[in-house]
This record gives sequence, C-alpha cells and structure tokens, in this order.
Amino acid sequence: MSKTVIELRDVRKDFVLRRKAGRLRRTRHVVSAVAGLSFRVSAGEVLGYLGPNGAGKSTTIKMLTGVLMPTSGYLRVAGMEPMAERLALTRRIGVVFGQRTTLWWDLPLRDSFALLRRIYRVDEQRHRHNLEELVELLNLGDLLDQPVRSLSLGQRMRGDIAAALLHDPEILYLDEPTIGLDVVSKTRVREFLSALNAERGTTILLTTHDLGDIERLCSRVTVIDHGRMVFDGSVAGLHRFGNAERTLVVDLAEPLPPVQVNGGQVVRVDGPRQWITFPAEQPAAPLVAQVAAEYPLMDLSVAEPDIESVVAKLYARGSA
Amino acid sequence: MPTGVRADRVSHAQRVGLGLSGYVMIARMWVRASLAYRTSFVLLSLSQLVVTGMDFLVILILFSHTDALGGLRAPEVFFIYGSSAVALGIADMLAGSLEAVGQRIRDGSLDSMLVRPIPVLAQVAADQFALRRIGRITQALVVMVIAIVVAPIDWTLAKGVLVVLMVFAGSGIFGAVFLLGGCFQFVAGDAAEVSNAFTYGGDALAQLPWTIYPKELLRAAVFVLPLAFINWVPVAWILGRPLPLGMPPFMAWSSPVVSAGFLGVAGLLWRIALRSYRSTGS
Repeated sequence: MSKTVIELRDVRKDFVLRRKAGRLRRTRHVVSAVAGLSFRVSAGEVLGYLGPNGAGKSTTIKMLTGVLMPTSGYLRVAGMEPMAERLALTRRIGVVFGQRTTLWWDLPLRDSFALLRRIYRVDEQRHRHNLEELVELLNLGDLLDQPVRSLSLGQRMRGDIAAALLHDPEILYLDEPTIGLDVVSKTRVREFLSALNAERGTTILLTTHDLGDIERLCSRVTVIDHGRMVFDGSVAGLHRFGNAERTLVVDLAEPLPPVQVNGGQVVRVDGPRQWITFPAEQPAAPLVAQVAAEYPLMDLSVAEPDIESVVAKLYARGSA
Repeated sequence: MPTGVRADRVSHAQRVGLGLSGYVMIARMWVRASLAYRTSFVLLSLSQLVVTGMDFLVILILFSHTDALGGLRAPEVFFIYGSSAVALGIADMLAGSLEAVGQRIRDGSLDSMLVRPIPVLAQVAADQFALRRIGRITQALVVMVIAIVVAPIDWTLAKGVLVVLMVFAGSGIFGAVFLLGGCFQFVAGDAAEVSNAFTYGGDALAQLPWTIYPKELLRAAVFVLPLAFINWVPVAWILGRPLPLGMPPFMAWSSPVVSAGFLGVAGLLWRIALRSYRSTGS
C-alpha cells in the first residue's frame, strides 16, 4: 500500500447565499457545494474526478489547493492543511485550471516560464533540464517566443501544463484539462500525462466532463453529484456498475435476418447492417470471429460502451 | 496521518520576505516587458505627465483670480498640492493595481495567484506594474520642489526631515486606501469606482488647503479615513500655521504612526477578505 498523499474526511463546503425578499429583507440560504466528502488518493494514482456541472468538482480542487476554506472536515494534502499552509503547499503541487490560464497574458511563454522559475526558486540547472524536457514532450518549441494571448487554446493548455510542472510538483491537479480541445490536442495532452505519471510517478487528480480522459488516463474514477460521492472505483467497475455494453456493428454482403451469436444480441437491423450489443468487459474478438465464420461479413466496427449513459444513470441515482 | 506537521509552515517574517522579493520579481518583469516598446513607453509616460499636470493647471487658473486660498498664498498651496500628488503617485505606482482585484476575482486569475508561493497581496500589487506612472510622480515632484524653494518657509533640519517622512507616510496612507478598496471588492464585486472615489478623490481633497473645508469634513479626514495626515497636518506645521482642528504642534510628527496603523488595519482586513474568499464557479 503506497503512501496517502491526499486525504479528505467528511469535508463540507457551504456557501451562504442572500436573496432579496421584499424591499429590504434578505433571506439567508445555505447551499452545500460539497456535502461531506471522504476519500484518499495514494501516491502515483491517477484519479478521475467526474461529475455534472455544479457537482462540486472545482470547489473540491480549490479546497485541496488552499484557495477555498472548507466549512468543516479534515483535509490534508502532502501532510499539510491546504489553507493554513498554502504558501508551503504551493511548491509541492501543480495546478492547471482548464478554463483560464495561469500564465501572463501579455508575456511570451519563455518569459512566463523564466518568471515562474524565480517565483518557485528552482535552480537554474534543474529549470533548464525540466524546461527542455517539457518543451520537447509538449511540443512547445515554436511557441516559446509568442505572447500567451496569441496562442490557440490547445497550445495555451500545453503551455499551462508545462508551467504547472516546472517546479517538479509531486501532485498535479487538472481542472478540465481537455475542455474545448480538438482531437489531436486532446490526444497529445493525454499521452503526455500518462507518460508523466509512469515516469515521474506524479499523482494526478483531474476533473473532467470528457469520458475519453477517464478511459485513457485514469486508474480510478470518483463520481460526485450534489457534493456527494456516488461512485468510487476502477473504470471497469464503473462499466459493470452501470451494466455498460459495447456495440459491434457489422455490414453483411446482403440483408439477412438477425445473426445468431453467443454472448451478443442483435438490437437493430437496417438492410445489410446489424448492431450487436455485448457486455463491455467481454472481448470483441470471439464475437467477430463467430460472425465472420458463419455469415458473409464485409465490414465491421466496434462502438465503445456508452459510458455517458452509465454516468447519467449515476447522476440520476445521486440526486434521487 | 500526523496532524502536527508544521515544519513546512511559512513564518510571518518569511512571508514578508517572500512578498517583497516576489513583488520585485514580478514588477521587474513588467518593467522589462514595457521597455521592449521604448517609444510607446516614453509617449505613455509623457501623456501621464500631461494629464496629471491638468489639475495643477486648475490651481494656477484659480490663483489668477485670487491671491490666497483659505488664507494660504500660491506657493504654499503648490506645496500642499505637490505633497499630496507625490504621495498618491508613489502609492499608485506601487499598489495601484489593487484596484483590479475585482477584475482578478471575476476572471478567476486570483485563483492562479493563490496557488503560487508568493503572498497574493504582493502578486496583485505588482501585477501590471507600470513604470510610466513615474510621469505623474515627476510632475508632482517638480511642483513640490519649486514650492519648497519659493514658499516663505524658514527651513530647519527638522522641517526637512518631516518633508521626507511626510512623503513616505502619505504614500502609506494612499496605499492603505488602495488596499481597503481591494478588500471591499471581495464583498462587492465591481467596486473599483468606490475605491477610486477615495484615492483620487482623496488626492483632490488633499491637494487644496484644509482651511477651505468645513469642520465636519476635517473631522472625517482625521477620525474616519485619516486623509488629513497625508499632508495637511505636517504641512501646517512646516508653514508655521495652526494645525487643523486645533491639534497640538507635536501632532505634525504623527503622520508616520497614523500611516503605519492604517496600513496595519487595512492589512488585517485583507487577510480576513482573503479568508472569506469564495472564488468563482468552475
């Protein structure tokens, strides 16, 4: 069992809203963004933190980074209490807020990085080494002399990720790191994060709406809704939990009645094309082999499990 | 998990050190960036100089109609004008960016500052540090120096020392007003204008002699928001006139103490504001 680096015990965050009621009167309204959350993250884990808008994901990250003060509960990151020891904690963590940049808008990327080196007091040699590595892995070479405001969203995101890692943090938080990115940029970011986790053992906690992020990156998924945890386990577990299914789409040489295969079920027929669903954790190869052996198979494709519907089910359960 | 791990905790003194060194780092970077476009820098500085020179022009025009304002003659009023404007100029250059706290909160960049190892106050204050504001200080300083030479003052060493102390204390008071304005923006999202009312408004007030204002306003400037200590109180003594509100002469030396106290209160409120910070959605 490896070391626990993040621990939450019954953490709550309430916001008090004041609403106008009448001319002068105002009513107090307490909203719990996080309503008693407990979990641990071990060193080297990649945890996907999933939830619908307003579920409390960003609030959690902000509490874990010392930006927001929890209303109650026990919270430790790298052995520290985030809010009270915020300044010391900043050196041990890296943070990427996907929807905004932590870089200086008007400065070339190179200057932002140089300033960060001084802010974090990283020694010259280590900085150069880290920068070279990050520039290469994130393909930033041509962008270094451009001011941040002129970068595209994907380029900026890569710049932000590099900025968050220049001081060798042991924990990296990413708040929606792939939001708004095109497929190529998404893939590049995911590959980089995987490699970072594998090579440096950096613990990664990322919030996302993108289930692709979860499937490609995360060893563990936590789903929260309305400030409460509704699922905590592996990605496969999430599939099982929601009875997820994959779909094999086959194009036959001619229109035929529904094919008969073991372990799969035809759910739709449209001319020569048929849709066969099967449990997500079951491999597709035997099914394909069976169809190919018994029917005039021309073409095929496998649709990934509809994890969105799994998650939607979880959300529905959470709010029930 | 041990709960008593405090080895990493940053002490108060370290915090101040981190703040100051961080401030210098960020400010230097902004200066370098602005100097990259030298012509634009020179033009902006000059325009600052001209714009802030306008309110001095108003005072000049005033004196073309009258020989004295509230019993003070032109060079004396120039001294008052200059001493306030220099103080505001310095405070504005060093901490004027605190006006943008509301903006930082709204666009979420305050969150980014909170995850860096430099106290947020230093980061906000140093943000967009503009050396061109030196234009305003230069203009005010020129007026002040001319007034010092021309005004009928029997200069002593004590008076000379007080002038220097006054400039620092005045900058501190304006700085505290900027800081309070920043705190206020945690409560009322877009309150930059409120803060302006007290900084630039305070400057407009302090540029003219205290003798023209009603007693109630003087009281407010002593007991509520200590704007009277920016220049009025020390200047009255330097000019050999009675201090505002019948204060005893030794009070002329109180500005640095008032300034430090006011800054302390504003600093405390800043910590409270930061603690109650709610951030923005997502």
